Amino acid sequence: MNKQNSQASKLIYTLLAWIIGGLIFFPIFWTLLTSFKTEAEAISASPSLFMFDWTLQNYIDVLARSPYFDHFWNSVVISFGSSLVGLLIAVPAAWSMAFVQNKRTKNLLMWMLSTKMLPPVGVLVPIYLLFRDFGLLDTQLGLVIVMTLINLPIMVWMLYTYFKEIPNEILEAARMDGASIGEEIFHVLLPIALPGIASTLLLNIILAWNEAFWTLILTAANAAPLTAFIASYSSPEGLFYAKLSAASAMAIAPILILGWFSQKQLVRGLSFGAVK
Amino acid sequence: MGSINLKQVTKSFGDVNVIKPLDLAIKNGEFIVFVGPSGCGKSTLLRMIAGLEDTTSGTIEIDGQDATNMPPAQRGLAMVFQSYALYPHMSVRANIAFPLKRAKVDPKVIDEKIAAAAKILNLTDYLDRKPGQLSGGQRQRVAIGRAIVRQPSAFLFDEPLSNLDASLRVNMRLEISELHKSLATTMIYVTHDQVEAMTMADRIAVFNGGIIEQVGTPMELYQKPINRFVAGFIGSPKMNFIDVSPKHGDPTHSLGVRPEHLKVTTEKGLWRGTVGVVEHLGSETFLHVNVEGVGTLTIKDHGDCTLQYGDTVNLTAPKNKILHFDANGQTIASLSWQ
Amino acid sequence: MATTQSRTLARVMLLPSVTLLLAWMIVPLCMTLYFSFLDYNLLIPGDNEFVGLLNYEFFLTDPAFVESFFNTLLLVGGVLLITLTCGIALAILLDQAIWGRNYVRIMVLAPFFVMPTVSALVWKNMFMNPVNGLFAHLANWFGVAPIDFFAEMPLLSIVLIVSWQWLPFAALILLTAIQSLDREQLEAAELDGAGPFSKFYYLVLPHLSRAITAVILIETIFLLSIFAEILVTTSGGPGYASTNITYLIYTQSLLQFDVGGGSAGGIVAVIIANIVAIFLMRLIGKNLES
Ligand SMILES: Nc1ncnc2c1ncn2[C@@H]1O[C@H](COP(=O)(O)OP(=O)(O)OP(=O)(O)O)[C@@H](O)[C@H]1O
Ligand SMILES: [Mg+2]
Repeated sequence: MNKQNSQASKLIYTLLAWIIGGLIFFPIFWTLLTSFKTEAEAISASPSLFMFDWTLQNYIDVLARSPYFDHFWNSVVISFGSSLVGLLIAVPAAWSMAFVQNKRTKNLLMWMLSTKMLPPVGVLVPIYLLFRDFGLLDTQLGLVIVMTLINLPIMVWMLYTYFKEIPNEILEAARMDGASIGEEIFHVLLPIALPGIASTLLLNIILAWNEAFWTLILTAANAAPLTAFIASYSSPEGLFYAKLSAASAMAIAPILILGWFSQKQLVRGLSFGAVK
Repeated sequence: MGSINLKQVTKSFGDVNVIKPLDLAIKNGEFIVFVGPSGCGKSTLLRMIAGLEDTTSGTIEIDGQDATNMPPAQRGLAMVFQSYALYPHMSVRANIAFPLKRAKVDPKVIDEKIAAAAKILNLTDYLDRKPGQLSGGQRQRVAIGRAIVRQPSAFLFDEPLSNLDASLRVNMRLEISELHKSLATTMIYVTHDQVEAMTMADRIAVFNGGIIEQVGTPMELYQKPINRFVAGFIGSPKMNFIDVSPKHGDPTHSLGVRPEHLKVTTEKGLWRGTVGVVEHLGSETFLHVNVEGVGTLTIKDHGDCTLQYGDTVNLTAPKNKILHFDANGQTIASLSWQ
Repeated sequence: MATTQSRTLARVMLLPSVTLLLAWMIVPLCMTLYFSFLDYNLLIPGDNEFVGLLNYEFFLTDPAFVESFFNTLLLVGGVLLITLTCGIALAILLDQAIWGRNYVRIMVLAPFFVMPTVSALVWKNMFMNPVNGLFAHLANWFGVAPIDFFAEMPLLSIVLIVSWQWLPFAALILLTAIQSLDREQLEAAELDGAGPFSKFYYLVLPHLSRAITAVILIETIFLLSIFAEILVTTSGGPGYASTNITYLIYTQSLLQFDVGGGSAGGIVAVIIANIVAIFLMRLIGKNLES
């Protein structure tokens, strides 16, 4: 292939990639744009791209209509809380499986993963009733518990795959050097596995932030995170596109920004450790 | 300080016996080398001594104290791994300081010890680098530095040089030998390399299938191997073995002659054959001679050997350099090295 | 490796995870199983009689079950098909030398961050709405009649929305996998005269098998329990046309308060998931751990 030819094909591929990437991104872009339009413009039959009266009114309306910051805070507590608690439980388990392997390790791992396949509806009723009886319905604590449990298998699995890349000899060296198990984990394992841990944490925060089964079912007014906040916009049909867009933008912006800033870790984590 | 006594130690993984009952007394200050074919249990035994692996039965005594069930850190041993096992996220300084910090040594003392170790190992300029920014040889030196600052009662090395290229290996070999001379600490050293074993060891232990075939000084093993296995394992190129049909009253089943003891002769020798491949190494020449009814014999000749492929030669060897082995492969002392 | 001490330690460190997951799995599951044999309705206080398999009979013979069963399969299968084929194509495209690949990657990744409720609402109202949606505007502009997506093709619409959410995931895993493909192998194949198609079929595809397995496994786990997208778009309708099993059980137990019936459904869902799981575990057991 000569140089001109390869430049031409690069141009074609670039164009194609940008068009497809743009199409995939378009709904988000359009939502952001609409959130700055007036309601009339938002449903206009000939929508304009940038030539409209930019307004922040929708955001003001949304904030007036519902306690956005409460929902936001609930989302933060639930997703970060459950991911951190999950990490605390998953790290020791992953250490055991990665560094003290035996014949059952693989089965144990598969079993853990299989609990993830348990359909939430299979346990919906008892969880609902248990939560009701323990006073956990519509509480942050209740959701942190549930999120921790449903993401635990993924966390263990991901950490396990990252830990397994660390040579056992390094941990053994630490043991020879007189490190206790705590020192071995904190001074040696965790710092080395930091990128993997970051990916794990990040992915689980995103999964918990976006989880929309338990958060919708187990919350009402107090602990409702942003998923529930936005679901409340499903009833007034049609005419409130601009406000819906503003609310949507506010619901996804935090995680979108977090995700973009940590793209590298995320892409690594996205494969759940299955592909290097 | 630093004598290690293994008494009837065994190790099994499930039903596989990796170490058969084994006795070995390692003297204080000794440099002992473990050699043997791959998978014969050298690393396993080393890790058992280190405490990284359980002992299935038997006892391990360190300095006269039963250490069989002690955790690794309490045994006062230091290990240098084949992969170096440096902490990749720490600077060289922090790597070397790690064991001292765990032992809660005073920071001032730590600094002094690091400086001293760095000086011995030529690492002074690299103390603030991460292991990833070092060459293989430098990494190896950091691993050794991390081991020596603890002043262990013995060093354990598991093929420490096998990841280095040939010339570096020679240098490091000398450095480790020198270190042993200056520290006078017990060292147990696992290797695959003939030359390392012969040049560094005070004593060599030859392993085979979970047992020790023979322990002795390098020259003992070279001159008086107790069986075919040891004879074949020590020395390079390998000893030639010649099967003989047992005669009445002579228990010899096979003979062993080292390549360096075989001589090409114009007189009628012991064997006669045609020259096959000729390998010129400059300082010496390896001849592979096909002898009918015997097989291929390797001969180590001097560098200016002019023999060529297809030449017919007579071979001979001094009588006292020919080893005789019985049906079980044991050396028959009365017929060999007399 | 390992000494008795470290093995004991390992067991202790595994304990929290194992107990929690066991509790999370066993306790509610047993309760579900127990409820499924009762005549238990939250609205009808009573002594919750034992009714044997009656709940199962009702659930399994309900035409809604059969319909939602197939809807579930179509939903999972459809999304897998779309995300895998588009994902592979996109991964190959992004693997080419292009200008600004990182920016394209950011755009492609974005839908993954969008919570299901938001994406469902945005698609439903701003794009698929038959009057004011962008697609309707487009159709009018071309002079064709706009499609009423959720009335005419409710399930397909949901498949499209969910595919949009999961495409980034598939594409980026596959891209990572493609990038680890040995370039020399491709060049060698080129020298051997392999065309683009045979290169793809004999080199790229086998290399991707592990990544494809991972995509199938992970997506299936999440797709089997799609819920929010249905809740905010069609509420399962019209009729049961877009109800999957998860949604069906939700309506029974939390909307009709029929705990017994919902529980029976839950057990059925668990059994279905187990069948899928066994199949999938075989697949990854072979493919992932090697
Ligand atoms: N954790 C284990 N479980 C089961 N078998 C093991 C384990 N570790 C080692 N083995 C087996 O024990 C035997 C001895 O292994 P070891 O590593 O000690 O050999 P080695 O002499 O060091 O070999 P090499 O020279 O190749 O390093 C091998 O056959 C190996 O397969
Ligand atoms: Mg070894």
